[in-house]
Amino acid sequence: MSEWETVVGLEVHCELATASKLFCGCRNAFGDEPNTNVCPVCLGLPGSLPVLNRGAVELAMRLGLALGCEVRPSTFHRKNYFYPDMPKDYQISQYDEPINVDGVIELPDGTRIGVERAHLEEDTGKSTHVGGGGRIHEADRSLVDYNRAGVPLVEIVSRPDLRSAEQAKAYVNELRAVLLATGASDARMEEGSMRVDANVSVRPAGSSTFGTRCEVKNLNSTRSLARAIDYETRRQIELLTDGEPVVQQTRHWDEADGRTHPLRSKEEAFDYRYFPEPDLVALAPLEEWQAAVAEALPLLPAARRRRLADVTGAGIASVAVVVERGLDHLVLAAMEAGGDAGRLMVHAEHDLAGTTGALDVDAFAGLTRMEADGALTATQAKAVLAELVANGGDPQAVAAALGYEALSGDVLAEAVDAAVAANPGAWDRFLAGDTKVTGFFVGQVMKATAGKADGKAVTALLRQRAAG
Amino acid sequence: MVPMAERITPSDVAHVADLARLELSPEELELFTGQLADVLDHAADVEALDLSEVVPTAHPLPLVNVLRDDVVRPSLDRRAVLDAAPAVEDHRFQVPPVLGEPG
Amino acid sequence: MSDAVPPSTSLPAVEIAAAVRRGERSAVEVLEEHLAVIHEREHEIHAFNLLMDDHARVAAAHVDRQVAAGHDPGPLAGVPVALKDNLCTSGVPTTCSSRILEGWCPPYDATVVARLRMAGAILIGKTNLDEFAMGSSTEHSAFGPTRNPHDPARVPGGSSGGSAAAVAAGFAPLALGSDTGGSIRQPASLCGVVGVKPTYGRVSRYGLVAFASSLDQIGPLAPTVADAAAALEVIAGHDPLDSTSVPEPAPELLARLGEGVEGLRVGVVAELMGEGIAPDVRRRVEAAADALAEAGAKVDDATVPAATYGLSAYYLIAPAEASSNLARYDGVRYGLRVDAPTTAAMNTATRTAGFGAEVKRRIMLGTYALSAGYYDAYYGKAQKVRTLIIRDFAAAYESFDLLLSPVSPTTAFPLGAKAADPLTMYLSDVCTIPSNLAGDPSVSVPFGTGDDGLAIGVQVLAPALAEATMLRAAAVLEDAVAGNHPGGRR
Ligand SMILES: [Mg+2]
Ligand SMILES: [Zn+2]
Repeated sequence: MSEWETVVGLEVHCELATASKLFCGCRNAFGDEPNTNVCPVCLGLPGSLPVLNRGAVELAMRLGLALGCEVRPSTFHRKNYFYPDMPKDYQISQYDEPINVDGVIELPDGTRIGVERAHLEEDTGKSTHVGGGGRIHEADRSLVDYNRAGVPLVEIVSRPDLRSAEQAKAYVNELRAVLLATGASDARMEEGSMRVDANVSVRPAGSSTFGTRCEVKNLNSTRSLARAIDYETRRQIELLTDGEPVVQQTRHWDEADGRTHPLRSKEEAFDYRYFPEPDLVALAPLEEWQAAVAEALPLLPAARRRRLADVTGAGIASVAVVVERGLDHLVLAAMEAGGDAGRLMVHAEHDLAGTTGALDVDAFAGLTRMEADGALTATQAKAVLAELVANGGDPQAVAAALGYEALSGDVLAEAVDAAVAANPGAWDRFLAGDTKVTGFFVGQVMKATAGKADGKAVTALLRQRAAG
Repeated sequence: MVPMAERITPSDVAHVADLARLELSPEELELFTGQLADVLDHAADVEALDLSEVVPTAHPLPLVNVLRDDVVRPSLDRRAVLDAAPAVEDHRFQVPPVLGEPG
Repeated sequence: MSDAVPPSTSLPAVEIAAAVRRGERSAVEVLEEHLAVIHEREHEIHAFNLLMDDHARVAAAHVDRQVAAGHDPGPLAGVPVALKDNLCTSGVPTTCSSRILEGWCPPYDATVVARLRMAGAILIGKTNLDEFAMGSSTEHSAFGPTRNPHDPARVPGGSSGGSAAAVAAGFAPLALGSDTGGSIRQPASLCGVVGVKPTYGRVSRYGLVAFASSLDQIGPLAPTVADAAAALEVIAGHDPLDSTSVPEPAPELLARLGEGVEGLRVGVVAELMGEGIAPDVRRRVEAAADALAEAGAKVDDATVPAATYGLSAYYLIAPAEASSNLARYDGVRYGLRVDAPTTAAMNTATRTAGFGAEVKRRIMLGTYALSAGYYDAYYGKAQKVRTLIIRDFAAAYESFDLLLSPVSPTTAFPLGAKAADPLTMYLSDVCTIPSNLAGDPSVSVPFGTGDDGLAIGVQVLAPALAEATMLRAAAVLEDAVAGNHPGGRR
């Protein structure tokens, strides 16, 4: 049996974090009472006309620039099809002239995934299917809330550059990080403000042509995205191995049974009859405008990872976690304040998962300095850090309050001497190069100092003694 | 140029009526096919033009970047909105079962 | 009221407004005089879908109180205005003469309606039209046809036939219509009133129920050029609710009406004077050219070659946009619903029952023109023809300040004469369509009568935003036909 390769392209719809909708002044908010954020425009009442929201355009431009896209002059089209949650029975969307084209998303491991386009469009309302257990095909009626109708979306279309479920997940995580960093969207998959459709196909490994793809919808988390891609990959490989063709179709992911199912096709073939939206004029993102938007952009995740790795020398995995948590700024500032790079990264990666609370930069830096000086053991440092996060304060004072007075060099040296004197046999083995007894001496010293000694400092003293 | 008889067939018209969510009786189908053919036949003068070098005009106005500020304005009163609806349930617009998925 | 004072129904709008503002006439009296005329003849004409007499009485009384209190109610104080029933009026039914919208009350006013109210105008009713403004005779109304006040056996033209008839019958000294391919100018011509289609974007479309968005414009119909100018000054000007609104203030028109045409270059469009235009209509255009020459204009033949393709392009573009604009009438949110077991079936049942034949025809034509495989041949090509028309007009306006042409190829035709043959009906718009495609302003001015004694209007066309110059010429023609200049009245 030959080896197969999965090919995935993602279409991600994200609601932009504007105050008002794309073409009217209704509130863009999640979870309000049904049909309270509606007006003639977003209800598609006769005679109403759309007027484009500058804020939405600028957020789309921010995202485009953040993805390294070319931000282009663009136009809107109407995509015509009947559906009850679409008030005008057409969607205003960018079609052949999108605002952003040709970008890239760099995954934490350095893989670059092409972004074909990131265009603006309006969201639809939300249907609830009532009766028949809420499943669309069994419902006996549907109820429509138009609060979401007209909310601004960007649709980000990747190139078919993804090769695994894991990579697709990493892409979505990275895209979400960019959306959050730019403030373009809150990107919450659970609330539906970020929705992912996956185009999945398989091909023999090494092939450069694409297989027939299926579009998978209803992916509500990165977990279901990964599961659906894996399922779809298996399904398609099975078909092809059995000599059956893959039929191009849209499929629905069922979280409950862990499978994709073909969607009942509409009775009519899709023919969206796109044509230029006559109620809107063209967008020309003039150079000064673009420059102003670009200037306001923060440093983006990929650049932050590179910077953190350069400055701290930490590995890809740690850097990715720390940047994802948004702790890179703290680590860098604490380094400036004299902190120890390695220990700062260790804490940021493992001990600051939740919030940094009352921890300030100087305290964080001071803590790692104390550790480096041997004044705190790793275990003690963790405890001090927890207290600094909870209540703030100075690490020295916190350590003292917790009874972690630093052992003075003399006290430690005395304890080492005592341990050596009390265990001559073990000392002889140490001198003979048996490093296994190091742990024994460290344990003895710990016992004698009620755990305040730093293991590394004890080892250093033992070596000093042996050498001297 | 497509000869008039083939310009638009009853099955074309039936397909278009379907796309437009209209139902035609057999008599209407026949009548409309003839009438649409007449209009399309009249449009043959346009069809015959070589316009490969001409840029289409979607809009008579050369305006760009007509934008409004991202400011929330009052929405409509929900009661008034729902009062206009043919059927309402639970403050939502009620429709018969929806088969199939949106595009 | 003494016998010496003429009834307000014989006065132009600007004189009514002046008298009301000076306190010489009361808005309430003006209204009642017009309502009396309506009650006398409306059953015969059927200009209105709905009379707003109660609303109007309240508004007129308010105007009178403002005057009594020393406040100026505005430039159209006390002027009764009839609104085409495709303009949204808050809380007042707006039907587009369609079953599908029967009983629907918009929750908002169209921008033009709000501006009229602000100017002190009294909105007296919603006028009949061809369903969704699709037609040239006002016969395609779900509520029955409107008749021409000059000969009730004939059509008033359309689609703003109710508005034109209302003005011609003296029901209102001012009306608003909408013009997508001639729907203000053609009925104005057939009813012997003035009708203006402003520059695309000059008047906000917000609250005008869309037919073909890139072509629709609202404009006034009035007994005189000055009245139309006064109305246009009120309704024109930038509106932030319409993205296609020209970012300029309303033009100054009334003050410039008397400037004449001395030295203006006027071209008679050769392509619109040929085959299909009735000889008496052609003669009136020639007479109008003579009148303008008499008044000091330099008149010559002009050519706009692509104008001959206008009709074909229009009957692809307008239905295409309409097919999309009218998709929303699906029985879900407002208007008619015909029940059926699924949403798709309900949509179909509703639309099948709610739309008339002409609307269905255009929806299907437009759907076809946009559908896969036909877009480039039809819609795409028509949009290119539009480029040619704009180019050819621009070239003509290098040599001319204004152009002149017929409005309607014939005078008012009998009811039913063209109803059975859509293409013949469509040909009524051949002279008016080019301005819509180009987005330029044009006006129909009554200029005498045809061999049958029925009204004939001539069309003055102008480059974008040149309404002031255009209306100066219209005023000269109006003067000429009134006998103030030779060559006018025949
Ligand atoms: Mg989309
Ligand atoms: Zn809204």
